[in-house]
Amino acid sequence: MAEATAEYKVIGTRPIRPDGADKVTGRAIYGGDMRLTGMLHGKVLRSPHAHARIKSIDTSKAEALPGVKAVMTVKDLPKAEARMAAAGEMPINVKYLSNNVMADEKVLYKGHAVAAVAATNVHIAEEALALIEVDYEVLPPVLHVLDAMKADAPLLHEDLKTTELGQPTETVSNIASHIQFKLGDPEAGFKEADVIVERELTTETVHQGYIEPHNATALWNEDGHLSIWTSTQGAFVVQKQTSEVLEIPVSQVTVTPCEIGGGFGGKIPVYLEPVAAVLSKKTGRPVKLIMSRTDEFEATGPTPASHMKIKMGAKNDGTIVAAEATLMFEAGAFPGSPVGAGCMCLYAPYAIPNMQVDGYDVVVNKPKTTAYRAPGAPNAAFASETVIDELAEKLGMDPLEIRRINGAKEGDRRVDGPTFPRIGYMETVHAALEHEHYATPLTGPNRGRGVASGFWFNVGFMSSVVINVNSDGTVNLVEGSTDIGGTRASIAMQAAETLGIPYADVRPSVVSTDAVGYTDVTGGSRTTFATGYAAHDAALDVMAQMKQRAAGRWTSDETPVGPEDVTYADGVFACTKDAEQKLTFKEVAALMPRTGGPITGRATVQPRGVGGAFATHIVDVEVDPDTGKVTILRYTATQDVGTAIHPSYVEGQIQGGVVQGIGWALNEEFVYRDDGSMVNSSFLDYRMPTSLDLPMIDTVLVEVPNPGHPYGVRGVGEVPIVPPLAAIANAISRATGKRMTDLPMSPGYVLSKTQNGD
Amino acid sequence: MALVFIPTMLQHLTAGTVQVQIEGRTVRDLIRNLEERFPGIREHLLQDGDFRPDLVVAIDGEQALDLSERVNDNSEVHFIPPIAGGI
Repeated sequence: MAEATAEYKVIGTRPIRPDGADKVTGRAIYGGDMRLTGMLHGKVLRSPHAHARIKSIDTSKAEALPGVKAVMTVKDLPKAEARMAAAGEMPINVKYLSNNVMADEKVLYKGHAVAAVAATNVHIAEEALALIEVDYEVLPPVLHVLDAMKADAPLLHEDLKTTELGQPTETVSNIASHIQFKLGDPEAGFKEADVIVERELTTETVHQGYIEPHNATALWNEDGHLSIWTSTQGAFVVQKQTSEVLEIPVSQVTVTPCEIGGGFGGKIPVYLEPVAAVLSKKTGRPVKLIMSRTDEFEATGPTPASHMKIKMGAKNDGTIVAAEATLMFEAGAFPGSPVGAGCMCLYAPYAIPNMQVDGYDVVVNKPKTTAYRAPGAPNAAFASETVIDELAEKLGMDPLEIRRINGAKEGDRRVDGPTFPRIGYMETVHAALEHEHYATPLTGPNRGRGVASGFWFNVGFMSSVVINVNSDGTVNLVEGSTDIGGTRASIAMQAAETLGIPYADVRPSVVSTDAVGYTDVTGGSRTTFATGYAAHDAALDVMAQMKQRAAGRWTSDETPVGPEDVTYADGVFACTKDAEQKLTFKEVAALMPRTGGPITGRATVQPRGVGGAFATHIVDVEVDPDTGKVTILRYTATQDVGTAIHPSYVEGQIQGGVVQGIGWALNEEFVYRDDGSMVNSSFLDYRMPTSLDLPMIDTVLVEVPNPGHPYGVRGVGEVPIVPPLAAIANAISRATGKRMTDLPMSPGYVLSKTQNGD
Repeated sequence: MALVFIPTMLQHLTAGTVQVQIEGRTVRDLIRNLEERFPGIREHLLQDGDFRPDLVVAIDGEQALDLSERVNDNSEVHFIPPIAGGI
């Protein structure tokens, strides 16, 4: 297992990514580039209402339009039954998945798919959509979590019964479930507190904002086999979800992942793939669908809006003695918000003896939420880290010092029970305390400095890798992990390190579901950890075979040599029984035809030892007192990254997460009219940060190797989005003297708070 | 004996007991012995003879993959929700 002092030849360097040239020259193949002979173009008709019952759909006029080859509705999908299936990061309810792909009986959000057309070009397809007649009975929508929780709220699902603390109930409501975690005795803990802070905080719905929209091309061949080309974080998950929705075997579906223009969790569910498949089956031709940006906002999965109540108590010496919280998350149209993860991450950075956290998963007439970078954790940390900051303020204590006093370490217990293994939270706090940024006084009017911390679990799941040795001593690495953020490179580097060959001698390929063993999504910050683990193990398999080949060349009756008598260092195999016998890696590769044929290493893993990740951020802001506009002056992110395999890509993940967090904090929100239609469903009006809005995001890579990985890898991609929301809120509070409790902290909000807030 | 933590959501079946020492070399043994001690708890932990899809059994912080997972005498066993991520 990894040691902090281990010296690596490849790991820790910054080579060029294998897919770099194709991506900067425009040659990389994305889903939108797909062109197949006879291909048709599909379009989806979406609901204009946020909540309505579908009384009838008449597609006859659309079908009669010249150029239209097929029209589909939910009647072309198998009637979905409520059942759980392992078809993603978490088990999913197939009925909800299918009904989100195509509305059945009711539409539950504006943009919900109700029909689809395949035509000879997109213009005819769009024209045909206008000819489809849908008769709706419009129902009142419910758009906010607190409204949806009321006993007399309009019901989205007449059969949704609340699961109360794990128990099914007969209560039909929009509250899908109420969960609770408890540690110690919070009531007794609060009695020990000298200072108690209570706050209610809110966040709005925000989108991942990946630049490439969802797309899918499907060909349902005459032999019954379905081929799909798509932009996805996980080809095997698309295969499984599509097979569940269409009720066909997974062996009947091949999914080829194209290059992906961002996902951040949003490209795990299927939306278009089953639709393209059905249209292809009906026409006998390949069909391609691409979402518009408005489709993306209105009909894919954002991250939830939330309403949170927080109460924390501390002694005068800064020791936090008790904490409570109630998190209410909007799931969107179907149950399944990340409120559970939010509850578990909320207080994870701290060793608090008495805690209780309640969570509510609530359906509303908005798109079904899905994962977004550490799902649930940024909302939660916005709440808890804001209150901890206020505790420090009331105690007259440095905000990093209160985190240092209470910080979680190995052996401390999370609110959900398990104790932490070796973690690096305290190292991130110390790195922040000792950073030049924190030591430099912030001067000038209307300026404030904020800090905040965050935690994300990371996951392991399953991965497969095959390594084929070429006769020239290079290797081809075959993997099933969609490349996000340079994972081809980070996985190839681990293979190169294990094989003792240059990084340039490893050529990685991301292949279809037919060409590699099952591999879970590029998500949960798992890919460099788990697929890298598989690459390491596959490389060990190669090395074992190469030692066998070398031994076979050297063995004789007089001096029998086995693989155990072969050493390998610096690219050279050597015989321990005869110092004269040496073969380089390339020589053993060249000898393959005479030593037993091709060498292929393989590994499948489902690794334990996932290392959780912590981060602590510092931000300086300036608030315009006249407009409320917030300018980020300086930003420093410290993070426990385990071993940084490719430091540039680790830094990139941190910078990307921070920037998304800044957007979430200051600008981004889904703005709805009362009828449930979204006002700002374009990048013109949904304001994401650009480079002109941002300073350099400085990163500090704190390397606390994960003992559960051969090279000490921890996932790094998600936790950097967790602290920015609260860090910026705390900075604004310091600048203005007013607590910021609602996101986004747009100019109007900040102005109203500074003029009227507490 | 392993130390089993009863989640809040199942404590109505254990009369409020939060932690309990239970014999068992495997998760299957543990759940059987838990059921003897707290009748009715098994159906909240298992479904169709396997773990419920909305529950993760963690032994010393690591997810148990099936009922045959080994449990040590000093192990901690938790029942927690599954986790998913986004990048």
